Amino acid sequence: MNIIVLMKQVPEIEKVRFDYEKGRLDRSSAGAVTNPFDLNALEAAVQIKERAGGSVTAISMGPMQAIEMLRDALARGADKAILLSDERFAGADTLATAYTLATAIKKLGAFDLVICGEKTVDGDTAQVGPEVAEFLGIPHAAYVEEIREINAKWIVVKARMEQSDYILKLSLPALITVTKDINVPRLPTLRDKLKAMRAPITIWTYDDLSQVADQKYFGFEGSPTRVIKVFTPVTGGRRGQMISGSPEEIAAKIVHILRENKILG
Amino acid sequence: MGSECGVLVFAEQENGEIHNVVYELLGKGRELANRLNKMLCAVLLGFGLEEKSRELIYYGADRVYLFDHPSLKNFDVIRYKHNIVKLVNEVKPDIFLIGATRMGRSLAPRIAAALRTGLTADCVDLDLDDEGNLVQIRPAFSGNIMAQIRTRTRPQMATVRYRMMKPLSRNPNRTGEIVRMETEFLENSGIEILDRVSASGVNLSEADIIVAAGRGLKSPEDLKLIEEVANLLGGVVGASRPLVDAGWIGREHQVGFSGNTVKPKVYIAFGISGSPQHLFGMRDSDIIIAVNKDPSASIINFSDYYVIGDLYEIIPPLIRELKRARGVG
Repeated sequence: MNIIVLMKQVPEIEKVRFDYEKGRLDRSSAGAVTNPFDLNALEAAVQIKERAGGSVTAISMGPMQAIEMLRDALARGADKAILLSDERFAGADTLATAYTLATAIKKLGAFDLVICGEKTVDGDTAQVGPEVAEFLGIPHAAYVEEIREINAKWIVVKARMEQSDYILKLSLPALITVTKDINVPRLPTLRDKLKAMRAPITIWTYDDLSQVADQKYFGFEGSPTRVIKVFTPVTGGRRGQMISGSPEEIAAKIVHILRENKILG
Repeated sequence: MGSECGVLVFAEQENGEIHNVVYELLGKGRELANRLNKMLCAVLLGFGLEEKSRELIYYGADRVYLFDHPSLKNFDVIRYKHNIVKLVNEVKPDIFLIGATRMGRSLAPRIAAALRTGLTADCVDLDLDDEGNLVQIRPAFSGNIMAQIRTRTRPQMATVRYRMMKPLSRNPNRTGEIVRMETEFLENSGIEILDRVSASGVNLSEADIIVAAGRGLKSPEDLKLIEEVANLLGGVVGASRPLVDAGWIGREHQVGFSGNTVKPKVYIAFGISGSPQHLFGMRDSDIIIAVNKDPSASIINFSDYYVIGDLYEIIPPLIRELKRARGVG
């Protein structure tokens, strides 16, 4: 079983602060980490490999700094890591990103399953996975929270939608995006970490991919969407009325407010 | 000549019920189509939905493209994509709107990639510039900033967050056209739906009353207090992310950027400081009441009423008052 995991290095989103006075993001205290959902994707892949055999290849697109993340992926059980890194890939929106990733997957050759996290915490679009599936011409299931069965021909998953759970059987090759509920990612051992430090990481540039793809779809030039303006949303401005008094008085006042607003009959 | 269909709306249905986000998209779509001086169209896929397609007209659509086929009864992303892509290539709408539900977020990217067009995720507002191009407004960095996005390709595709736009009021006198489309049946889509089970559990995004707790709560058992207040009010329990991450309560209860966006009539926040991520998910509630020990908690700036105090002191008398108000105990 050849499994591909798509990964992204993102800023530590919880540590990105917003300076409301200056109206800008302060990333100075935020380091770079693996997108948390991608660790679940990797764990799912490694678990399948442990049961059914095969290999796990982690692929990422990003600056050279992402090598660090891919080393961590190797320590966590990936067998091979490929970084797509080139200035000409930069500035890509989801469509161009998906196209570049799909091109790399095609270049790799035969595969059975592609696993992605349900979304990245920085972009929060959840679009790249399904777009990659479309470019590869394979079926996909999004929001997978359980893998029930897998063999050489198909995979059975439970996918969570708002109103329903879908039990889906996808013929392979296929792509799934997984939620955090699917597993608890393992921590790499020190031994694995040391081993990963010496492991080779393949770098593919624009020239490696442009032979097998239409280069006009890469990077900023290949991106149909453009950010034209960034602004601060109107915030706060509500600070209303303080309710004070003893706990009993406060409770009575809250009930009164609920009555006045017809929340309570 | 441009297309006569200015805006196309995907009419998401599950179990034969049209999702409420569709009526919101029709409301916004109507406004955009009027400004473009073009038609507002909707596409509905399913089985036995002729009746339902009329509802889309009552809520603003001029024309409904109906794909009525047994193979489309349940959501199969490949079969849906296949028929919608064919329709879009025929109709050539300027704008194509899809709800940012899980179904929409799974389907829209496939369609966008097949059409090689741009797609903007999770918009909270839409506008037109002077040339009639769509301006898509979406939050970035956990809702800390907003971005305006334009698409160079056509159709301009966007998924739109639920509960962000206003539907028109239902008008059964509105007229429109239902176009029955021939469904192209794919024998093998590569996906077999073995089962579909209605998920139990709360639906925060539809709730009118939410009583929520955050890190001010000392132990998971204390959620019972929050539950009791919620039950007495006929509401549901919400939570900030730390409680969900700690495993105290299920993810379906999470309010915030990475959880549910809610818009209840009243939102009562106990012991929630109000991270930007949390505020993003609840700041559009009609009435916000916050109880917090810390007078500098940011949620206070977002509240209509606030109490500087300990939730453990406020909740017991509040429960007594609510019981009295409801005549129980």
